[in-house]
Amino acid sequence: MFLDAKIPSGPLADKWNHYKDASKPINPANKRKYHIIVVGTGLAGASAAASLGELGFRVSTFCFQDSPRRAHSIAAQGGINAAKNYRNDGDSVHRLFYDTIKGGDFRAREANVYRLAQLSVNIIDQCVAQGVPFAREYGGLLDNRSFGGSLVSRTFYARGQTGQQLLLGAYGALNRQIAAGTVKSHPRTEMQDLIMVDGHAKGIIVRNLVTGEMTAHTGDAVVLATGGYGPVFYLSTNAIGCNVTATYRAFKQGALFANPCYTQIHPTCIPQSGDHQSKLTLMSESLRNDGRVWVPKQKSDKRAAHQIPEEERDYYLERKYPSYGNLAPRDIASRAAKQVCDEGRGIGPGGRGVFLDFSDAIKRLGKDVISARYSNLFHMYQKITDEDPFELPMRIYPASHYTMGGLWVDYELMSTIPGLFVLGEANFSDHGANRLGASALMQGLADGYFVLPNTISGYLNQIKPNSIKDTDAKCKQTAIDAADDVHRLMSIQGKRSPDFFHRELGKIMWNDCGMARTEKGLQNALSQIPALREEFWKDVRVTGSDLEMNPVLEKALRVADFLEFAELLCHDALQRRESCGGHFREEYQTQDGEAKRNDEDFCYVAAWEYKGSKQKPELHKEPLQFENIALAQRSYQ
Amino acid sequence: MSMNLHLRIWRQKNSKAKGQFVSYEAKAISPDMSFLEMLDVVNEDLISQNQEPIAFESDCREGICGACSLVINGIAHGPDSGTTACQLHMRRFKDGDTITVEPWRAKAFSPIKDLVVDRSAFDRIMQAGGFVSVNTGSAPDGNTIPISKVHADLAFDAAACIGCGACVAACKNASAMLFVGAKVSQLMHLPQGQPERQQRVQAMIMKMDEEGFGSCTNTQECEAVCPKEISTRVITELNREFVRAQL
Ligand SMILES: Cc1cc2nc3c(=O)[nH]c(=O)nc-3n(C[C@H](O)[C@H](O)[C@H](O)COP(=O)(O)OP(=O)(O)OC[C@H]3O[C@@H](n4cnc5c(N)ncnc54)[C@H](O)[C@@H]3O)c2cc1C
Ligand code: FES
Repeated sequence: MFLDAKIPSGPLADKWNHYKDASKPINPANKRKYHIIVVGTGLAGASAAASLGELGFRVSTFCFQDSPRRAHSIAAQGGINAAKNYRNDGDSVHRLFYDTIKGGDFRAREANVYRLAQLSVNIIDQCVAQGVPFAREYGGLLDNRSFGGSLVSRTFYARGQTGQQLLLGAYGALNRQIAAGTVKSHPRTEMQDLIMVDGHAKGIIVRNLVTGEMTAHTGDAVVLATGGYGPVFYLSTNAIGCNVTATYRAFKQGALFANPCYTQIHPTCIPQSGDHQSKLTLMSESLRNDGRVWVPKQKSDKRAAHQIPEEERDYYLERKYPSYGNLAPRDIASRAAKQVCDEGRGIGPGGRGVFLDFSDAIKRLGKDVISARYSNLFHMYQKITDEDPFELPMRIYPASHYTMGGLWVDYELMSTIPGLFVLGEANFSDHGANRLGASALMQGLADGYFVLPNTISGYLNQIKPNSIKDTDAKCKQTAIDAADDVHRLMSIQGKRSPDFFHRELGKIMWNDCGMARTEKGLQNALSQIPALREEFWKDVRVTGSDLEMNPVLEKALRVADFLEFAELLCHDALQRRESCGGHFREEYQTQDGEAKRNDEDFCYVAAWEYKGSKQKPELHKEPLQFENIALAQRSYQ
Repeated sequence: MSMNLHLRIWRQKNSKAKGQFVSYEAKAISPDMSFLEMLDVVNEDLISQNQEPIAFESDCREGICGACSLVINGIAHGPDSGTTACQLHMRRFKDGDTITVEPWRAKAFSPIKDLVVDRSAFDRIMQAGGFVSVNTGSAPDGNTIPISKVHADLAFDAAACIGCGACVAACKNASAMLFVGAKVSQLMHLPQGQPERQQRVQAMIMKMDEEGFGSCTNTQECEAVCPKEISTRVITELNREFVRAQL
């Protein structure tokens, strides 16, 4: 299959303008005739739905929470990047582009990333205009801070609640359109399937989470902005409802899934405290601006942190990466933490932790400054661990956080299914094999506010609006099929909860497909996952009825998809016989234990095609071309 | 170190059914668990006995999405101030304690199931005017609108609202003044909020009344339970804004 990314011609810096100049807008009077379905109301979905509504399209939004305002985006803490160069420290669109390509270990498309860097500046303007309360300096202008993988200060933030404030801005814009009647919002609904007509995406089947009813909603295009699949590892920093169902069901309907093995393990999370744990909490990367990461030099050193003298501490990030130090990118910082813990130098329960120490910063800047910067994070840490970071260094350990892989999309953000667009964390674009901090919010909002509203007309111009109704036979059939899945699950009446299977899956994935992967481990996972899936379909127990609010059923449906998707992820990790970004294959490393890319054989996007439930998915490749940046080994030393 | 607890939990099959308290034992609870993780343990146990688990809402489990909504021992979000139920940890309780758990109760929040209620009235209030009307693409450079740090901070303190509804659940009149005040205050402290200032406050208050929220009689319970510690200053500001808008 030829994967046409539809990259516009011309010099990199002009591609997006050329694209827009060449596109044919839809007559304003005709826009109303088109109905667009947007699944997901996080940053990507809410910004897209609001902007499409403003343009005059009719839009319907769907989310599984009780309100669009609760999407997982709300939890982003640290900030959002933009190449404003307000600091006069040498930032530029090109530098942000370069940092993102390099941070992604040269596995992203140049044209997409360049457009992202260009749009980053408009995002900040848009959000400021909405009343998003970004941090300000005393002079009244916008403040910035630094984030991992960059030597300039380009991260805009709103205390430790940047995602919340940005989402509430987008939610406001969405509410305005709901009030204006252009957008209809459907909270507490979960997409179960995609309606396909003659090879085009024409709608979705959703389950109403209050009544259990399955209904069809048809439209002229479907937009998935359903977030990432981090909880495939069970424990992650994601909200516990995050799932792969929408994108995986689209995959089964023919959309290619790209680079599923690119998963990001974030270095600074609060370590797991017991088996009861339902999620792991991120401590924002911004803390690495002032915190220093270290472990004892000695193995199994049981002394308290303050009893370990300076010369017996190993500030391993500063030692190994002197120029980036504690701000080394996430994949590198995570692996380094794993490495020191594997050596037996980890701290805290089970030796799975490293210190993040603020004592130097507190001495240098005073408690008040540190408190002003991070009080909510310190507070959260203390709530969870019962330890005060002003007194004791934080204990941190890597955890599943973000997924770079997602549905394959072209430059217009359209998947391989005509009429199906994918935005935000749900698509695979822009971050390559590793995402830099503060770049997901940027991407989600760029996709939603600026890219999709300019690209969707290209597709809509080619089709006739309103070609299908909710009551058509095809819709009914898809709804019946989705209901069958539910009945099948309900009728098993086994002995174990859906959560049991999710935890087991998480163990397999974390051990064999986590921070370090091997041929043997992946083969092992590939034999264990189908066995677990089989057991699930024999022994899962879903209590209650399907025609009411039923959280056990919701969970079971999500776990069923994770159990299939995990296998796809492992296939991808197995075929990528190189290390790059978040994908580390132990067989492929440099002498100092750094990821060793193989550009000769693997400089491509791996896009997988569903071939049926018993068949191995088929791999298609989109070669990546680097015309503006020379492929180089990533160095942060 | 682990604890055994007696729970009294509100169970209600659906909006039409009559609800009641049901007792459960929570066994071998670790002090490091969050309150919701304790409920997860109870629910796993119920599933293993083939009983329907307790329905409650949560998503982020880190105190920011506003989904969790439990009245614990009579207090919205439980005994810790400035803390959502999902961030409340079991070390706050003792072995042998009896803990009562109820849903938000308010006329405007109708029950759905067990501990889950319908808070969509909050969305409708926001739709009435809780935003700045600005179309995508038309914004000037962010730094053309300087905002003093004092006003930026005041706006932020109000903007921290997570829309959980604890303020309503705690108020004997089920008033939503803290929630509405938070949005009105955020936008009145910013230049961006000025053009629509009057109509915003009027529209939001009208909607709030229409949805069946009560009036404020200054008992300040809302501030006491607010997980983001939003001050009743925003209610004073809301009242002032409303009067100003009538002039
Ligand atoms: C703790 C944490 C902190 C972070 N901090 C930062 C940061 O500082 N900077 C940064 O740039 N990034 C950060 N990120 C990453 C960033 O927050 C996310 O990548 C981003 O917000 C994803 O946005 P989204 O719109 O793509 O999806 P989401 O916000 O995840 O929204 C998904 C939407 O899809 C809906 N949905 C999902 N499945 C279905 C279904 N089957 N049916 C119906 N609806 C469905 C949900 O209801 C929701 O509305 C952080 C992530 C975490 C976990
Ligand atoms: S679950 Fe999100 S605030 Fe409690």
